Amino acid sequence: MEKFLKPVEHAVAAEKFISDEARTNWHDETLWFVRAKRDKIVHKLPEWESLRELGSQIKNHALSNLDTYLLAFEKNAQANGVKVHWAADAKEHNEIILEIARKNNVKKIVKSKSMLTEECHLNPFLISKGIEVVDTDLGERIVQFRNEPPSHIVLPAIHLKKQDVSDTFHEHLHTEKGNNDPQYLTEAARQHLRNKFIEADLSITGVNFAVAETGGFVVCTNEGNADMGAHAAKIHIACMGFEKIIPKAEHLSVFLRLLTRSATGQPITTYSSHFHRPRKGQEMHIVIVDNGRSKQLGREDFRNSLKCIRCAACFNTCPVYRRSGGHSYHNATAGPIGSILNPNINMRENADLPFASTLCGSCTNVCPVKINIHEQLWKWRQVLTEEGYASSGKTAGMKGMAFVLSYPKVFRFAGKAGRWIIRMFPGLVNNTLNPWYKQREMPVAPKHSFRDWYIKNKKA
Amino acid sequence: MSSREDILKAISQNKPALVESPAMPVYPDSDQTSVLEQFIQTAELIGSKVIQLKDWQEIILEFENAKANGKFVVNTISEIGTPDVSIDEMSSSVDLEKIDLSFVRGQLGVAENSAIWVDDSNLPNRLLPFICQHLVLVVEAKTLVATMHQAYEKINTFKTGWGAFIAGPSKTADIEQSLVIGAHGARSLVIYILS
Ligand code: SF4
Repeated sequence: MEKFLKPVEHAVAAEKFISDEARTNWHDETLWFVRAKRDKIVHKLPEWESLRELGSQIKNHALSNLDTYLLAFEKNAQANGVKVHWAADAKEHNEIILEIARKNNVKKIVKSKSMLTEECHLNPFLISKGIEVVDTDLGERIVQFRNEPPSHIVLPAIHLKKQDVSDTFHEHLHTEKGNNDPQYLTEAARQHLRNKFIEADLSITGVNFAVAETGGFVVCTNEGNADMGAHAAKIHIACMGFEKIIPKAEHLSVFLRLLTRSATGQPITTYSSHFHRPRKGQEMHIVIVDNGRSKQLGREDFRNSLKCIRCAACFNTCPVYRRSGGHSYHNATAGPIGSILNPNINMRENADLPFASTLCGSCTNVCPVKINIHEQLWKWRQVLTEEGYASSGKTAGMKGMAFVLSYPKVFRFAGKAGRWIIRMFPGLVNNTLNPWYKQREMPVAPKHSFRDWYIKNKKA
Repeated sequence: MSSREDILKAISQNKPALVESPAMPVYPDSDQTSVLEQFIQTAELIGSKVIQLKDWQEIILEFENAKANGKFVVNTISEIGTPDVSIDEMSSSVDLEKIDLSFVRGQLGVAENSAIWVDDSNLPNRLLPFICQHLVLVVEAKTLVATMHQAYEKINTFKTGWGAFIAGPSKTADIEQSLVIGAHGARSLVIYILS
């Protein structure tokens, strides 16, 4: 089922991805196109920056009062006839769902996109217990057929070309071989999935926002798959990381304005569904999951990452993500934010991720809730190096860097020496022993440093 | 201790010092003409079809026509005709799947994103606006507001058991980012705006 069993270092996995240069360029451009759409739409809102600030402050407040809000949410949801469960980790989350399924003799489950269930590896677990689980988001269904995890939290099959989808559907849905028309392929998936919706006994959805004040929650999709599943099945289970809580319903206006503009450049998703009570004859459950989140809350430098609303804007803008592909991050949540969240869950296995960044700050600039993403990545590098989890090359690099950066004279000499070497002996740097030379030409070094130039020109 | 207690305890030990909740600013509503213009422009941009009308007469005609053409049409609005009673909360999805077209009233429209609010009080069955092949939403021009802030002020989004903002037909761009209309839900959305 899942291919993340033994993590391969990000750089090694990325090397494989970029060996197909045309595909890498295409991947890069496609994501940049999404980023550009985001820019266009946010610039139409004069209040965009104040909206980001507001979103960030609401989340700061929510995190600082999280236990109270969770209790209020639980109380209100229960009063609405919803059953609330708490899961300390992925294992407990999966077992709660299995128990509900077993109690109701469930054979078939439809699931709408939920990165939490990916994080918990719910699908392979349920399948191993003899239950059919079908992902219903088109992108997720495509990768599920291919036995691959999603490579992006909003665009799960963004790493695939039409041809790949066509081949996959030919094999699993018997579509015409070589027909790459997205309209045709989507129609085939529509027919196939409509049957699944109608047959399913249980539907699982994620949660975009949970409102403490009302005990209700909001799920956003463009395809309508969360609603198709939840309203057709006898049982609806919504799974949420506890950080999804917001205090009041009025706060939803802020987050619904921020979310999709940041994610895909749309003014809102097609469907923003507010679930409050089960319909007549239906059972509704909510599973509130920790799985390392309370630990992250206690890490002062990293707790901000729990404000994330999973828009993926930081993925789309990241020069490393765009060129290395989501699978190279070997976790359900890839990209810059995944590189902050995953070392919290397992430092040893994810020590490579904070290094998969140029620290250019582009992620921080686009984040709708103002998470200081690139600063946290830099902080993780320090923590991981100190704790001895970084690879030896990186540890040496970090230590060398710390030394050079703390002595201005050394820094200046190192710069001078570097420029001289690059100019005089380009072969020394343009070789495969230098990891920086892989897939790129080294630049021509200027004779003088910026500092020299500045001192000379300041007086003029 | 149960996981519930463990989690709550860990959170209370690890959470930062209390940060005040920010005051929600007041976002001024724009005038009705520009709200209407923006609503129509946004709706068309995201693939909806908008028709402005003075009264119910034309909608009734559309409804009668569709029925006369042998379509399985479901009406839920009393102004159009007696609402269909064959569809209710307990209708099976197998039956609902055969619906070609349904007429549903929207309570309010939002100009910035052309989303229309629909909840349990407008629907005999929550699945209806998703499972029908084509959807018609009717909103009154006077209910249009500029942004989501005004929308949340005007309606109680959690009054009934379920409600949704619906903006356009079901869509996906999961195959090489090519936009395809009609993923799982309605293949088209026609919005009638009654002045
Ligand atoms: S960190 Fe910010 S930009 Fe990245 S997914 Fe989360 S909310 Fe979006």
